[in-house]
Amino acid sequence: MKPFTTIYATAAPLRAENVDTDQIIPARYLTAVTRDGMGKGLFAAWRYLPDGRPNPEFVLNLPQYAHAEILISGKNFGSGSSREHAVWALTDYGFRAVIAPNFADIFYNNALKNGLLPIPLSESTVNMLMDMVEEDPSVRIRIDLPGQTVTLPDGQQYAFQIDPYRKQCLIQGLDDLGYLLANLDAIQAYERAWGK
Amino acid sequence: MTSTPKTLFEKVWEAHVVKQDEGAPAILYIDAHLIHEVTSPQAFNMLRERGLRVRRPDRTFATMDHAIPTRPEPPEKWPKDARLQVDTLRRNCEEFGVTLWDIEGPTQGIVHVVGPEMGITHPGSTIVCGDSHTSTHGAFGALAFGIGTSEVGHVLATQTLLQHKPKTFAINVEGELGPGVTAKDIILAIIAKNGVAGGRGYVFEYRGSAIQKLDMAGRMTICNMSIEGGARAGMIAPDETTFAWLKGRPYAPSGDAWDKAVAYWRTLATDEGAMFDKELTITADELVPMVTYGVNPGQGVPITGRVPTLDALEDPGQRRDLLAALEYMGLKEGQPMEGQPIDIVFIGSCTNSRIEDLRMAAQVVKGRKVADGVQALVVPGSKNVKAQAEAEGLDRIFMEAGFEWRNAGCSMCLAMNDDKAGPGQYVASTSNRNFRGRQGPGARTFLMSPLMAAAAAIHGRIIDVRDIL
Repeated sequence: MKPFTTIYATAAPLRAENVDTDQIIPARYLTAVTRDGMGKGLFAAWRYLPDGRPNPEFVLNLPQYAHAEILISGKNFGSGSSREHAVWALTDYGFRAVIAPNFADIFYNNALKNGLLPIPLSESTVNMLMDMVEEDPSVRIRIDLPGQTVTLPDGQQYAFQIDPYRKQCLIQGLDDLGYLLANLDAIQAYERAWGK
Repeated sequence: MTSTPKTLFEKVWEAHVVKQDEGAPAILYIDAHLIHEVTSPQAFNMLRERGLRVRRPDRTFATMDHAIPTRPEPPEKWPKDARLQVDTLRRNCEEFGVTLWDIEGPTQGIVHVVGPEMGITHPGSTIVCGDSHTSTHGAFGALAFGIGTSEVGHVLATQTLLQHKPKTFAINVEGELGPGVTAKDIILAIIAKNGVAGGRGYVFEYRGSAIQKLDMAGRMTICNMSIEGGARAGMIAPDETTFAWLKGRPYAPSGDAWDKAVAYWRTLATDEGAMFDKELTITADELVPMVTYGVNPGQGVPITGRVPTLDALEDPGQRRDLLAALEYMGLKEGQPMEGQPIDIVFIGSCTNSRIEDLRMAAQVVKGRKVADGVQALVVPGSKNVKAQAEAEGLDRIFMEAGFEWRNAGCSMCLAMNDDKAGPGQYVASTSNRNFRGRQGPGARTFLMSPLMAAAAAIHGRIIDVRDIL
């Protein structure tokens, strides 16, 4: 997993609530047996016209947002399916962080396991950020994971929550498996005690 | 000394915590791990990359459901991608010693139909699968939830997961359901009321007299859609209905072990006086058949109701979402749902493809014909359900009416195979999600019960099934 400490990047606004995993990546893009190349299915129904050409109106197809590494969206981002492909699509496309008022539980967990930082901020802050990057797409936002802050060019700073264990995993680029494997003795002891 | 009263969830959770380090999530033991062809290949790759084995192949079970065709056609005619996923799963199961219910064998079906059917779903157990509708298994008093593919790898390698303890949410459904009103209507009403994010961070426990009266299929329908209400898991306390359903199934305990298990299962129900973090009460007597009008499962109304009007919503975000939903669905604000024409009827999915669901639908269809111009399909949840339905003659009822009678699989619930609705087509569907494009690019979904979907097939439009029962 790619470690995450700080990024300083532009952001794209996706004005919708309950952006579900079928929007993030439709099921017909889930046919691969590897993780690679999922970015081409990202937001497919919005990004492409029925004939396959890019939809010129969709925010990610606007040249000013072409290099955004931060996605800003509405409440309950990532609802629906457990498909980790949704996270792989976002990271493969080039996103490093998603800012939203809140996230669906499974998506949130999946994101953290792939170095994609989900940042919950208040709805009013998220709306303000969307207005800001719509008005000036060149605005660069600093995300500092160790400090748990989002900083705007004018110095305005917003703190965000993340649990300490997940934070350390992200900073060090570690996944859960190392931790779990280090606890195999405890797992065996549990199995013996419970007759499993 | 009396101990603190506990909820069903707390009892199951506590019995599965292997270890809890300060500042870290709990290491939670997983009793049964179900896998399928779409979300497992990358997890097996991870095992290979790290030189790991499947730690407990005896607790791991695989089936094929998401990508496979449901038309009876030979594998050489399948889409290349589906064949690759199926062959990959076969190879992985063989290499790692995992039991596979292959499409060539007698047991294959939708993972959340075959797991319970085989008796793998035990009260008080923990069950995971790389599929959000794993919440289905909570109907037996199991703690069951969907996980991502990374977590599938963690469970394969260690039989455990790192999890934060969720909060508890009691959903009380009291009273008596009227004729023509089903478990599907209960859960659609709950989500319409509590919202698609209302359960975020919680585990639902469905309680009350109306839940206790449901059969296991109805309980599975309700728990299945917990995730549509934002909760990763939903649970129902096990009782005599649960035990009677499980007894004698291939992986259920037998002999003395059965009696011992039942004695333990009886202790699992939430104790008198246990506290929930949140509660909601629904009166079953007031429910009528539900139907969705929008693009998430919370956008639903009683069949006697109308699509909301924009000015009825205060929140600007909700107004924008409603406007976008109505535009996608081609509906008008304030219009009645009754009388809305449909093009396709899909009876199936892990929500409503069990024998009880098919019996319900057949009861409406019997002696009638599918309306002109409507494509109607029934996709049984498993090979066992299909065989049972054929033994009861349900297949003939459906086919004589003009339905297609398919093989088991997820099919048009997520349109990964060639069972797709076309752009703009309206689908009366017994599945669980009406997301944009879920049933095919541009397809428009109305979620409803098997009774309502069967009635829609006959009339070519959405009607109140109670008028023809």
